[in-house]
Amino acid sequence: MSKYRAKIYITLKNGILDAEGETVKKALNSLGFDALNVRSGKMYVIEFNCDEDPKNVVEKMCKQLLANPVVNNYYYELEEL
Amino acid sequence: MAIVIGIPVYPGTNCDFDVYKAIKLAGAIPKRIWYKDYEEIKKVDAVVIPGGFSYADYIRAGAIAARTKMTEIIKELGANGMPILGICNGFQILVESGILPGALAVNKNARFICRWVHLKVLRIDTPFTQLYAEGEIIKMPIAHMEGRYVPGEGFSDDLIVLQYSDRKGNVNDESNPNGSYKNIAGIVNREGNIMGLMPHPERASERILGGNDGLRMFKALIDYLKR
Repeated sequence: MSKYRAKIYITLKNGILDAEGETVKKALNSLGFDALNVRSGKMYVIEFNCDEDPKNVVEKMCKQLLANPVVNNYYYELEEL
Repeated sequence: MAIVIGIPVYPGTNCDFDVYKAIKLAGAIPKRIWYKDYEEIKKVDAVVIPGGFSYADYIRAGAIAARTKMTEIIKELGANGMPILGICNGFQILVESGILPGALAVNKNARFICRWVHLKVLRIDTPFTQLYAEGEIIKMPIAHMEGRYVPGEGFSDDLIVLQYSDRKGNVNDESNPNGSYKNIAGIVNREGNIMGLMPHPERASERILGGNDGLRMFKALIDYLKR
């Protein structure tokens, strides 16, 4: 049994309107920045134990709960603890 | 025989008593069922999943409730033909569990919208809409942050039951409150026994509330069950 830490990033697929991103873009530009495109997302830091390939475990976590395949993309960074 | 309609209650559900009252007004026996008492849901004639903020909308609205044993059983009951209606967070739970196709994303204006809307009834061949007239314009309130329908695998236009419109029935960008694909406010599954909608029929079940068009949705379901 090994212990791992995954940082999982969930974003909206390109082409799906990101209402929060659009609002943040407007707010940045009102502060004088020249923001061209803002995409928002969520990040989870998950520490877990597993025997199998930890990539498989993270993939399952994303597919079964963390990401909705209709609207989300996901990617992750993985480290052994 | 008395008709019993089950109302599953998840942590954070808050429209269960409104739905309870509307079902009672419409003439059936409502039964609120805590999500851990999922065996009880097998004994009812139909299920109405009420609105609210199940699991505080964590991850995505409806995402965690969609993965409970209660919802798994509702999915089985629906697959066996039981009428299932999901309202607001109930609709979100139905899409998150894959019982209905698509997803409900954050409103186009990124805000919580709470107001009355007009709806155009496209299909009257469902257990929930058979008391409306085809093309009828009805009025109900919406109250949601994540109601922008995004089509997904398994969706086609013939599943659309309700569209946001203006009072004259015009379906366009001006009458679309949340940016939903094709002004979608409610859809039904291909078999026709499972429907989800973002507007709240239970909040439009008495004139004193501002309208009673929603009551007919519960009456229609009861009529269907009595046949």
